[in-house]
Amino acid sequence: MCSYIVEKAKLLGSAKGPNGWMRIDTANVYYDHPFHAPLDHALGIDFINEAEGGRERVAVELSAQSARDLVEKILAALASGEIEHGKTAHHAAVD
Amino acid sequence: MTYEGMLAETVAFRGHNGDVGEAYYARPLGGGPWPGVVLIHHMPGWDEWIKEATRKLAYHGFATIAPHLYFRDGPGSPDDVGARVRAAGGVADAQVMGDVAGGMEFLRAQPYANGKVGVIGFCSGGRHTYLAACSLEGIDAAVDCWGGNVIVDDPKQLNAKRPVAPIDLTEKIRSPLLGLFGNDDENPNRDQVNRTEAVLKKLGKNYEFHRYDGAGHAFFNASRPAYRAEQALDGWTKVFGFFHKHLATPAAARAA
Repeated sequence: MCSYIVEKAKLLGSAKGPNGWMRIDTANVYYDHPFHAPLDHALGIDFINEAEGGRERVAVELSAQSARDLVEKILAALASGEIEHGKTAHHAAVD
Repeated sequence: MTYEGMLAETVAFRGHNGDVGEAYYARPLGGGPWPGVVLIHHMPGWDEWIKEATRKLAYHGFATIAPHLYFRDGPGSPDDVGARVRAAGGVADAQVMGDVAGGMEFLRAQPYANGKVGVIGFCSGGRHTYLAACSLEGIDAAVDCWGGNVIVDDPKQLNAKRPVAPIDLTEKIRSPLLGLFGNDDENPNRDQVNRTEAVLKKLGKNYEFHRYDGAGHAFFNASRPAYRAEQALDGWTKVFGFFHKHLATPAAARAA
């Protein structure tokens, strides 16, 4: 299907694209036809800096299963990392 | 030896509000006059497959223009521009209709044009094609390839950019309409295709719908797993037959 449904996640971080590192403040997340991945539908994530116009992006297109696996791995990495380093490190950086 | 040739290139065209944008344009060389076709790209944007389809129509004798509907959000690669448009909620129907009208005007202005113009669109472009058939003057034939959201069951899907469900404008269709659909598609699904056909039939419109078993959405697209060779070959044959029937150069003009 062709939909216009986009989930927006506000975030703090950086991403590296063709022009080097950039600060990002938003991830646009959607499930639709990919541009490049050899799939009929893909989970797309565009990392952008919306405050600066959002014209550059760092993009990924993942199969649905890959995306679900990635979510689990992100949570697992955070859980083990926070045990190792403590939760306060991230909060201090954000605040 | 029969000469065969084609010119395919980027051109400028004047679209909605007189805005000048880019379009991909392919036309047969030699002979003519040629009928024209406006090709409306799908939601992912003005991509390689859309340009392939534009050349395919030119190969079969149609001067075909594919306006880049997202040109106002450029510059940038078509995929990056498409991502910006998606994040902004898509393009407004009124703007797309203006750009399609601009593409039709471009085609009719060419010295080798036969004056007939068709419209074809894929996916969201199929919906735009249905809308164009309802909204624009001067369309001689329209081909909706699996356009979703022609029927809007959830009124929350209507907004400032897409204020009206195309099905509600069906009474205004004046051109013949060809619809191609995969029976495994989820948008439009079988029920929605049946309901669309029921409205066309009830209103006495000139239409033909073809449904394909074993095919889902975008089954023409050879770069996707959805590609279905047999169904796509039959579908393209129906597209060319439909356009040749309705866009042919009038006999009087051929004799002149």
